[in-house]
Amino acid sequence: MAKKEYSFYPGCSSQTGASASNMQVSVDSMCETLDIKLNQIPDWNCCGASIGYGEGGELPRMALSARNLALSEQHNAGQDVVATCAACWLATRETRDRLLEDEELMKETNEALSAAGLKVEANQKIRHMVEVLIEDFGYDELGSHVKKPLEGIKIAGYVGCQTNRPFGIDGESYENPMYLDKLVDTLGGESLPKYEKKVQCCGGALMFSEPEKSQDMVKGIIEAAYDHGADMIVTPCPLCQMNVEVYQDNINAKHGTKFNMPVVYYSQLMSVAYGKNEKDSALDGQIIKATKLEELAKK
Amino acid sequence: MSAANTSKIEAYRNSFLKEVEANVEEGEWVKMCMQCGVCSGSCPLGPHWAHPPQEIFMMIRAGKREEVLTSDSMWMCTSCYNCIVRCPRGLPITHIMHGLANYANRLGLVPKNQPTHKFAKIFWDNITKNGRANELKMGLSLYFKDGFGQGIKNAMANQKLGMAMMKTKRMNPSELWGGHGIKDKSGLNAILKKAREIEDAKMKK
Repeated sequence: MAKKEYSFYPGCSSQTGASASNMQVSVDSMCETLDIKLNQIPDWNCCGASIGYGEGGELPRMALSARNLALSEQHNAGQDVVATCAACWLATRETRDRLLEDEELMKETNEALSAAGLKVEANQKIRHMVEVLIEDFGYDELGSHVKKPLEGIKIAGYVGCQTNRPFGIDGESYENPMYLDKLVDTLGGESLPKYEKKVQCCGGALMFSEPEKSQDMVKGIIEAAYDHGADMIVTPCPLCQMNVEVYQDNINAKHGTKFNMPVVYYSQLMSVAYGKNEKDSALDGQIIKATKLEELAKK
Repeated sequence: MSAANTSKIEAYRNSFLKEVEANVEEGEWVKMCMQCGVCSGSCPLGPHWAHPPQEIFMMIRAGKREEVLTSDSMWMCTSCYNCIVRCPRGLPITHIMHGLANYANRLGLVPKNQPTHKFAKIFWDNITKNGRANELKMGLSLYFKDGFGQGIKNAMANQKLGMAMMKTKRMNPSELWGGHGIKDKSGLNAILKKAREIEDAKMKK
């Protein structure tokens, strides 16, 4: 039996052939080492993310997450729900909190769910994978599995918005969360705790509708990483990863910069440090190659 | 002017604040704002809002109904939640801005061609069709949101990025013909239809 077991909500971008499929591959690799079993919520649906409000409105949006919770209660009873995507975690946790504190909303949501024969109690905890790592394992245990320390690799910890606000990770501040830095140190890498853009917004979903405004913010996030001598940026969020990695060409063309900064997931760092190969660590999913990680993974 | 808009103007003739409290998600919090301006100063896109949140709150209280609901300000919200965690009075500002944007949308008052409004519609239609996001179709709908000619230009301009996404297996061309989805689509649609009915019934009150 696995050491820890959770009800898993992977989210749309983690699916095969989707934009954060590389995160999922590296999360699976990390979980294998830590002996974590992720029981996917059967037939889960999209959470509505941070742009669902415009067309969806309150109750339809709540109903999306409530359906997932209802399915989790039915099939993975008693297990904490764990999400790896910031928006999935936020939407699901917000729904759970609001259902528990608002009787009318709970009644209306269940009325809507009954149209598909479902019922929600919202009695499971909703957690981010990072919470699981820090609270259920702890840095010491996470470090005990390291086979290849990330020696000499300078890594800027970019937390972003939605893994940090409005809920955040217990014991961390909204303005200067330190857990990515602590994790980098735990894996034997060189953290850059003074990286000042660690909670700067990347534009989120507005990268698609307001690309110029969003890319201006991303420019600052990358520039600051260079200022601190970073070899790469690490993030826990699929949208941050995509927004900061894939538009560097556009920013270079517009501003005459020469950005070529790899942006990886914490799970990729862990997978490499735990001795997994490039493929299991999903390094082939980088558009901007994380050369120093590749070299280490090959050793 | 939409019928829904006319009936709301009639019902709340003298108080836009009451209208917001009764109809906008988390709208009952608006009167708690003490005008400190931390929200406006904390917003990453603050300079791009015609009326940043602090101003929106005062305009609601001053009865500036049309100016607020036809503003594209709320559509500048990136959902970063900076304002929420910094507000000294604990107002759920992000949610109020989402609520105002949604209310303006339901009344048909959003400025024409507001890009985030358009994207929000593309997104919602996309995810509710199969129950999960189809990123490829979403991207293409976005390229073509301002017409066919512009769509081709956008697609050409982003060709290199598209190729890189495919090469790294983070985009799959076969998503064009179906793609990911849930099994119980009819169940999900029934749930959303019912949720919408409940909301519409409240809106008519």
